Amino acid sequence: MNGATLHTISVLVEDRPGVLTRVAGLFAARGYNIDSLAVGPTEAAGISRMTIVVNVDESPLEQVTKQLNKLINVIKILEHDPGTAVERELMLVKVRAEGDARARIMELADVFRVSIVDVTASTLTVEASGKPEKLEALRELLSEFGIVELSRTGRIALARGERGIRERVLKAAKAG
Amino acid sequence: MTGSKMSGADALLKALEQEGVDTVFGIPGGASMPIYDPLVDRSPIRHILCRHEQGAGHAAEGYAWATGKVGVCMATSGPGATNLVTPLADAKMDSVPIVAITGQVPTPVVGNDAFQEADITGITMPVTKHNFLVKDPADIVATVREAFHIASTGRPGPVLIDLPKDVLLADTTYRWHDNVTLPGYKPTTKGNQRQVVEAVKMILRAKKPVLYVGGGVIKADAHQELFDLATTGQLPVVTTLMARGVFPDSNELCLGMPGMHGNYTAVTAMQKSDLLVALGARFDDRVTGKLAAFAPHAKVIHVDIDPAEIGKNRVADVPIVGDCKDVIGKLAAELHKRQDEAGGPPDRSAWLGQLRGWQDEYPYRYPTDDGKLKPQYCVERLRALADDDTICVSGVGQHQMYASQYWRFEHPRKWINSGGLGTMGFAVPAAMGAKVGRPEARVVAIDGDGCFQMTAQELATSATEQIPFVTAILNNGYLGMVRQWQELFFDERYSGVWLDPNVPDYVKLAEAYGAVGLRVESTDEVDTVIEKAYSITDRSVVIDFRVDPGEMVFPMVPSGASNDDIIVGPESIQSTTDPGEAPIA
Ligand SMILES: Cc1ncc(C[n+]2csc(CCOP(=O)(O)OP(=O)(O)O)c2C)c(N)n1
Repeated sequence: MNGATLHTISVLVEDRPGVLTRVAGLFAARGYNIDSLAVGPTEAAGISRMTIVVNVDESPLEQVTKQLNKLINVIKILEHDPGTAVERELMLVKVRAEGDARARIMELADVFRVSIVDVTASTLTVEASGKPEKLEALRELLSEFGIVELSRTGRIALARGERGIRERVLKAAKAG
Repeated sequence: MTGSKMSGADALLKALEQEGVDTVFGIPGGASMPIYDPLVDRSPIRHILCRHEQGAGHAAEGYAWATGKVGVCMATSGPGATNLVTPLADAKMDSVPIVAITGQVPTPVVGNDAFQEADITGITMPVTKHNFLVKDPADIVATVREAFHIASTGRPGPVLIDLPKDVLLADTTYRWHDNVTLPGYKPTTKGNQRQVVEAVKMILRAKKPVLYVGGGVIKADAHQELFDLATTGQLPVVTTLMARGVFPDSNELCLGMPGMHGNYTAVTAMQKSDLLVALGARFDDRVTGKLAAFAPHAKVIHVDIDPAEIGKNRVADVPIVGDCKDVIGKLAAELHKRQDEAGGPPDRSAWLGQLRGWQDEYPYRYPTDDGKLKPQYCVERLRALADDDTICVSGVGQHQMYASQYWRFEHPRKWINSGGLGTMGFAVPAAMGAKVGRPEARVVAIDGDGCFQMTAQELATSATEQIPFVTAILNNGYLGMVRQWQELFFDERYSGVWLDPNVPDYVKLAEAYGAVGLRVESTDEVDTVIEKAYSITDRSVVIDFRVDPGEMVFPMVPSGASNDDIIVGPESIQSTTDPGEAPIA
């Protein structure tokens, strides 16, 4: 992963069948790898928000963004400035936890302020949320115990500040 | 408003009718039969039964090119629908507004690999502007509204509506919607006035300006605005393959076609220019040649309705997003105003004089002294014996380039071809569609023997539906354009390009399809046979021109080469030219 070309983009879309394929297809057709993609509903009915992390250079990214904008179901696109965005991700990790490993894992969970959500005789499952870098650090530390299974949601992001993109967009859409 | 009860299929046809559709090109099947039933007696829409769905799709395109309206084609599910993929991709590349309607298997079995099922919305996503799968009959009318709106506004393009059979059969209530609500679709049509002023200042400062005009100007019906801009500013005009006819060839400011097979003056004018005003043109690689060496001294003003085209290949010094009609109109008005204040356009006599000199020195030319029947001559005569209102349609290959080079265009929407995708088999069905849209105009398809064989069966449609047009096959016995490349770049190693000029017998084939078949074997027969063909107006005519198989298209900029290295004729070929990086047409 090369940090210099990693971009986080928020895409507001109409909640219609096929919209995810259309968006992902635009990246695929150009051979770009999507690092992570998270989709979920927004505060507005019928509008979903996708957060896409993609590894591309500036100028092809501009072309993809313009192409994304042309998709009929895409309402608005915003590229996040890493300095002024709140970025979060959720991770579940099942780790081997036998003998004294158990206590050390629970200690780690404490330090990272994350919770243990499932316990068996031989494993612990840790739920962690936060900045991708924090999850990366935790994963690194847990890996020495032996990771049985891991699942991450992909990144979601919001711009800092009091305004949201949706109200601006909807206002513009009504005016236009 | 209370609606009336009817089937989904009836609602579909009624909505099409309300959109102004008079003709649909299609082939029925199990999944689309419900749409065909009302066509017997309840719908005024004319259905033209084609012989292949690809033909139906290109016919819809030809109709749209010729009329400026949305063309409509229809197919059943599965193989019917997949046969539409090529015309849809073609329409996407050339921004042709068409709506394709496909039947689909009933909703309960969608996704089940049911008989004749294909995920056509999935398949056509990348080759349509948008597509819809309608699952509720109550959505049919709104979907038709949205589809026509999307197809015909902004940058036009193809839209597909997939309709499961049970949705077509179900009862629904017909309700017309006056407004279309698409929150994500708001094309910018009005050009920014500040940018317009900026652009006009640059035009006034330029010593060697060129208007680089593309198909977008035709789509926007902005030919009058263009004429005004060019003549007011004394600005020379190049018309790309897609834009032929949008500015009259007979006007002294017209330089004709640039690009890989463009003429020397158009190509070189762009190379030497200090300002390119790109209007509805997209800096296609066939125009620019090697991008890094393209028009190296030129500043660029780029006008396009599609923001994604601006800066895609070449950075624009002044980008203007908007409809060409609006923006060119504003440019012309601003230019008028400023030139009136200044007492006329800047003196560009040196530049215009240089262009004239090149035109005199390097006209299009071809050998005339070897006694062989030349394809270029056939095109010249086909044009000379027709009137300005004649619509010329072409396939893809050498004949397409000869047609664009040697046909003289005086009006927009008289030239129809497959520019972006380069689809062989386009000409015959597109000519048929054009004739349906413009029945009073003569339609001439200039086709290659290879292309013709891909969709010739639409001659049967033309005969049974009485849609007469002339097809001029420039029969060189080869996939000529590929042969030309093998000759130039693969040491004359001809592989997979020979087509027996006698198989099929095109005259007999024409007769078999209910058309008139004529043959021309020598130069002195050309006029007589064309006159005979043009005198027949109640049936289609196919002319088999047995042209020189060795003839090549010149000038030529080999792909990957700079436009500075234009080869004007066979005498200046260096045998070791690089085959280039881009694939052929
Ligand atoms: C459907 C399709 N298949 C293949 C090609 C590649 N191709 C481009 S031009 C050409 C030759 C066309 O031959 P013909 O129709 O005889 O025209 P000519 O070049 O001889 O005038 C071919 C095969 C294409 N453009 N479209």
